[in-house]
Amino acid sequence: MTAIDFSHRAVEMSGITKKFGDFVANENINLTVHRGEVHALLGENGAGKTTLMNILYGLLKPSSGNIKINGKTLTISDPNIAIRNGIGMVHQHFMLVEPFSVTENIILGNESTRGFGILDAGKGEKEVKRISEQYGLTVDPKALIQDLSVGSQQRVEILKTLYRGAQILILDEPTAVLTPQEIKELVAIITNLTEAGKSIIIITHKLNEIKQMADFCTIIRRGRHIDTVDVSEVTEEDLAAKMVGREVSFRVAKEKRNPGEKILDIKELCVEDSRGIMVVNGLNLQLRKGEILGIAGIDGNGQTQLIETLTGLRKAKSGRIEVLGKDITNLPPGKIINNHKVGHIPEDRQKRGLVFEFNIAENLILETYFKPAFSEGFSLLHKNIYKNADTLIEKFDIRPRDATLQAKSLSGGNQQKMIIAREVSNEPELLIAAQPTRGLDVGAIEYVHQALVAQRNEGKGVLLVSFELDEIMNVSDRIAVIFEGKIVGILDADDADEKKIGLLMAGGTAKE
Amino acid sequence: MEPIIQDLGFIIGTTLMYSTPLIFTSLGGVITERSGVINIGLEGMMYFGAFAGAAVAYFSQDPWLGLLCAALGGAFWGLIHAIACVSFSAEQIVSGIAINFLGAGSALFISRLLFDGATQTLTVARKIPQPLDFLFGEGKMFASSGFTDLVFNRFATVYLAFFLVFVVWFVLYKTQLGMRVRAVGENPEAANTLGINVTRIRYGAVIMSGFFAGLGGAAMSIAVVSRFSNTLISGHGFIALAAMIFGKWKPQGALVACLLFGAAKGLEIFLGSKGVPVAGDILAMLPYVLTIIILIGFVGKTTAPAAIGKIFDKGDH
Repeated sequence: MTAIDFSHRAVEMSGITKKFGDFVANENINLTVHRGEVHALLGENGAGKTTLMNILYGLLKPSSGNIKINGKTLTISDPNIAIRNGIGMVHQHFMLVEPFSVTENIILGNESTRGFGILDAGKGEKEVKRISEQYGLTVDPKALIQDLSVGSQQRVEILKTLYRGAQILILDEPTAVLTPQEIKELVAIITNLTEAGKSIIIITHKLNEIKQMADFCTIIRRGRHIDTVDVSEVTEEDLAAKMVGREVSFRVAKEKRNPGEKILDIKELCVEDSRGIMVVNGLNLQLRKGEILGIAGIDGNGQTQLIETLTGLRKAKSGRIEVLGKDITNLPPGKIINNHKVGHIPEDRQKRGLVFEFNIAENLILETYFKPAFSEGFSLLHKNIYKNADTLIEKFDIRPRDATLQAKSLSGGNQQKMIIAREVSNEPELLIAAQPTRGLDVGAIEYVHQALVAQRNEGKGVLLVSFELDEIMNVSDRIAVIFEGKIVGILDADDADEKKIGLLMAGGTAKE
Repeated sequence: MEPIIQDLGFIIGTTLMYSTPLIFTSLGGVITERSGVINIGLEGMMYFGAFAGAAVAYFSQDPWLGLLCAALGGAFWGLIHAIACVSFSAEQIVSGIAINFLGAGSALFISRLLFDGATQTLTVARKIPQPLDFLFGEGKMFASSGFTDLVFNRFATVYLAFFLVFVVWFVLYKTQLGMRVRAVGENPEAANTLGINVTRIRYGAVIMSGFFAGLGGAAMSIAVVSRFSNTLISGHGFIALAAMIFGKWKPQGALVACLLFGAAKGLEIFLGSKGVPVAGDILAMLPYVLTIIILIGFVGKTTAPAAIGKIFDKGDH
């Protein structure tokens, strides 16, 4: 926070406008970042943050506007020019070559050779080691990317920019995929970097991290510059209101409830993944009516396979799953959905939640198309299908209000609303929500959380799996921590804190 | 000399001879697919190369010029494939199928023009030479028709193929260029953000694959046999493609796979020459049956380059 040199403007973007056909992604945006400053770029999904940064990095050409780097006006027409001028970008989806080593990824495009284009592997490795030690970015130069954790992969991405002499680093949603521990490490790295005189721009829609990391924050809404604020002078609520354009509440309002009878009972469940490794290994878990049970854990500890097994998408190796006392183990998904009343908001909404090419109305009846309301003999009753769609679109506030639009043309938040509408309208007793707010902005997150709580308040059971600890702590009544395919601890949400859960997530034991 | 040793020499020799065209073509496949572009047009490129090699060698009486022109002819179709797939983002399989027809069709068309309406060339006067031939024969270092003669006295293309396996391996894994080619095949977006020109790399790789397939065709038409005919290539390009996958997209792996197929062919010819009481048609199926069995039985899990067949869109520029 003290590293800022206000006399040195590292980045000065003024009057940036970017149009894609008729759509204006950026309209007259100004952004100034000083040397040693951490500047957050805040906005909802699709607000135009990434577009602005892609312009700075030379991936997109602005329709109009002016960019100065270190006081010098530049036309950045491709990433090479950006790199040459000390700009580095870490993309949200890492740009790494999986089967390559750390060193190979870092030196790619800028390789040290022994002449004749023959690679000098040793030299590259030494250089990578030197830079990683200089900024405290620990990573093994020889490791393959595919063997690294997401946090380490991100360090490789940062090293890539530093290897190219970056003075200005753009981090696109840097914490989206990190564990709490990894986020802490990232904060430390960012401090090291600003102390070394680097400027950092963080694209994000997470407010707490802006408070944690940034000095200044520029808010963009629908392509327009809303405000630039000193982070120390505003609250998270202020930022959220500026971002969304209305007041947003973070805490999910929910009154205490006494959970009812047992709805889900998992006994000694064992599941293999597609490589044949036992990733769910003797898991026990109970869920009651009128309760939200959150499963916290680091990605890859069996959550995906657990959910797949609960919903009939994957076979259990052994163990038993009961819903309302009836065995549903290894039943086909259709039976689980319709006979046992289990709803599922899947982890990957594009792949499993929706048929992308189908329209809203069709997506809304994927589970119920055969019921008398929607079909008669061989034919579908289109009138009823669209009537159903119009009702649900209204009730669940799906936008735009047009049942004939293809699912893929909707924003992530509205796609998720569509899935929730479908699952909830099928009146499940148990709702399984996997990563239900992944990639959504605060407005949509608020909506999803309220929908989950509404189900709980109606006396349904909700199983929530998420890698976002905030979400788990905020929404759940009880929190179960999964580690290596087992539940290693169950806490009441009221006396759970980040430290306790974080420790369990990392395989430690909860100390009382 | 023991007849059994001689038989073995014969089988090894034919194996090497028949593997060679596959090795060239398979290497071409490795190069293009490592850059992320599928090229099932290898068959057509090989076909065209076989014709171009034989025709040029026939008229110029220079097999080396024939070999070069075969490679350039293959490279030409590579260029067409690259224009379609890289510049115009065409579906790679469809473009490949089109090139299979175009390569074969154009070869037959030109053949009819040049050779009085025949779909085959006349016999070339000089084939690709056997550079070690001077070592074998009466009063030379080795006896003629002995084991060493049968195994080691091969056409120059055989040695060239083995040498090129090494070259392609070295370039892919030990040089700057090779690293970039592999990066483009795995994650073109990443390569692009690091300032690597994905389009240029892919053009180069696809054209080179045609070049190698052309060499493979000529290795068939002016070394294994001494003229082009319309049934000469019949599926070798596809076998080479399979060999490349069997070899897990690695030059050395492709080499082994091609040798295996060549061995089946060698065995077929050997059994045929011994008058084994099995119908010739059944024997001729042997290499293909073996290929299928090996592909389903032994290849196991192979990992293709991650970006293979995917269209790379650099975005709005």
